[in-house]
Amino acid sequence: MSINATLIGQMITFTLLVWFTMKYIWPPLFESLEQRKKKIAEGLAAAEKGHEEILLAEKKAKGILVQAKEESATIVNSAQKRANEIVEESKETAKKEGERLIFAAKAQIEQELQQAKEGLRKEISALALSAAEQILGAEIDRTKHQEILSKVSNQL
Amino acid sequence: MATETHAAEGATGYIIHHLTPLTAGEGFWTLHLDTLFFSAFLGGVFVWFFKSAADKATSDVPGLAQNFAEMLIEFVDTQVKDSFHGKSELIAPLALTIFCWIFLWNLMDMFPVDLLSTVGAMMGLEYLRVVPSTDLNATFAISISVFCLIIFYNLKIKGLWHFSKELLFHPFDHPLLIPFNILLNFVEYLAKPISLALRLFGNLYAGELIFILIALLPWGIQPLLSFPWAVFHILIITLQAFIFMVLTIVYLSMAHEDH
Repeated sequence: MSINATLIGQMITFTLLVWFTMKYIWPPLFESLEQRKKKIAEGLAAAEKGHEEILLAEKKAKGILVQAKEESATIVNSAQKRANEIVEESKETAKKEGERLIFAAKAQIEQELQQAKEGLRKEISALALSAAEQILGAEIDRTKHQEILSKVSNQL
Repeated sequence: MATETHAAEGATGYIIHHLTPLTAGEGFWTLHLDTLFFSAFLGGVFVWFFKSAADKATSDVPGLAQNFAEMLIEFVDTQVKDSFHGKSELIAPLALTIFCWIFLWNLMDMFPVDLLSTVGAMMGLEYLRVVPSTDLNATFAISISVFCLIIFYNLKIKGLWHFSKELLFHPFDHPLLIPFNILLNFVEYLAKPISLALRLFGNLYAGELIFILIALLPWGIQPLLSFPWAVFHILIITLQAFIFMVLTIVYLSMAHEDH
């Protein structure tokens, strides 16, 4: 076991290995490590940001939902109100229409009654006149006593 | 096992054979071919794996290789950031290289002790010691390189004047104690590379030796001992690579700190 020229050979080999490692091995591998670290950090930051954005969007969606619910409730309310109004209105109209019909019917009845009365009156006056003519004979002149006759018939 | 092959030399011969490196050359210029080959090969494995991961590196979903490479990078980067507060292009890649390279060296210890040396013998290699960390040359090569970096950064960050002042007046700020300070600092600085290299070498050498000793036992007993030792060794090889890396970072960050 002695120290000899092998030592020098080994030192040369060692120097070459260290030089090669320093020049061609360490820098690219270390660089890729650093870059990956950066990438991971960026990815994590992006994930964090995305998470926050989701929370924000959820909040927003909830707000919109609440608003929509409120709006729909208002719409339903106003629709109900309007429907009630329409019902009321139609009730009113129907009532009025009914009254009008009743009134018209009554008027017609009245008119027909009047006409019937008129007819009857005329017939009675004619009958009375003919009866009087028959009783009185020629004493009564239709033209002369027209005034009296119409007075009588009006009293009927 | 290969015990029969070396039966003539006995148990001692078997152990020595396993711990003898394949050499070329004489004297100081002896080269441990197995150490050089396996450490270069494992360095190639390390570089190939990380380079292919780096080429396909993407900041999107990573592949399996990239994931593993990034896991190691992040692990090393955490260690560096924990103890080193300056800015340096070198320290983190250096720490990664040290950790992975030493871990792969140590991992060679998990191969059955006779497997690769038998294969080597088939290929006509007389000796083959496959774990580079059991060679002092290999561990000292890293620790001396680290030591050079410690000195370099001390001079670069503190300047020659500050550095020498620190060596002369630290820890005892008195002119009379300068010789004592020099001795203390000398020991302190020298202890760093020596302890780094010897700790790794000692652990792995001992581990390998125990594997060899277990391999000498009757085959019926071997699994009972080698399995728990191998499991325990998984911890040791990782821990030793980790300690070497962490201490390197600590020493270099100490060199960066101006008192």
